[in-house]
Amino acid sequence: MRIDDSVRDSVLGAVPSLRAFAISLCGNVDRADDLVQETLLRALANINSFQPGTNMSAWLFTILRNHFRSEYRKRRREVEDADGSYAESLKSHPAQQGHVEFGEFREALAQLPADQREALVLVGASGFSYEEAANICGCAVGTIKSRVNRARTRLAELMSIETTDEFGPDHTTRAVLAGNDRN
Amino acid sequence: MKDRKPTGSQPPMDAAANQKKSTAKLGRDIQAKLGQQLRAMYDDVVSQGVPDRFSDLLNKLDDNGDKGKR
Repeated sequence: MRIDDSVRDSVLGAVPSLRAFAISLCGNVDRADDLVQETLLRALANINSFQPGTNMSAWLFTILRNHFRSEYRKRRREVEDADGSYAESLKSHPAQQGHVEFGEFREALAQLPADQREALVLVGASGFSYEEAANICGCAVGTIKSRVNRARTRLAELMSIETTDEFGPDHTTRAVLAGNDRN
Repeated sequence: MKDRKPTGSQPPMDAAANQKKSTAKLGRDIQAKLGQQLRAMYDDVVSQGVPDRFSDLLNKLDDNGDKGKR
């Protein structure tokens, strides 16, 4: 396989945000990196279907998102309550999330339905427009907008329930998570 | 703007409206903080850059040999 310099640069340039997106989807750094690697392999094997001049990053996000969704569906057949087990894995393995300081926020994010979570991350963190996010997720722009709105409302509810007097990382939780880390 | 009085000069009768306003403001504050946390969490990963395994992967896939090494 020959990889053009321009392709190589734009693929590698997208890797940091692909990883961030993948971690937010699956909640596990190791699995996220595998997901990114599988995405790159698929992308390079199908590089001819990429239209030069269009957004390489959005194309890669689409591949990653679709790959994750099909894996997720497969896993769901094997494990009942995939959402619940994902949230549970965050609580039992905080070390896998990278930095513990976002633990509480991650837990709230993990409790969102997958379609709301991906929409919120694409628009609120990856910097895609509603239109781009709709293309990546294969749905209408209005659907993305309502998913983002529902995600924001639900997150606010989750976070204000869990931190009654102060918004932000809860120090007790953080200390407990940090303690579990060393077990 | 002209229909918005400063909060201090609101008559007591507007207490309900005031509360509604402050709830809306609280909502905006929370949303702003949620947005910050989301981006901080995301950018924390982005700032880690490209792990070696991915540049190694591309080098391995590229038949062009040494070209990929930099």
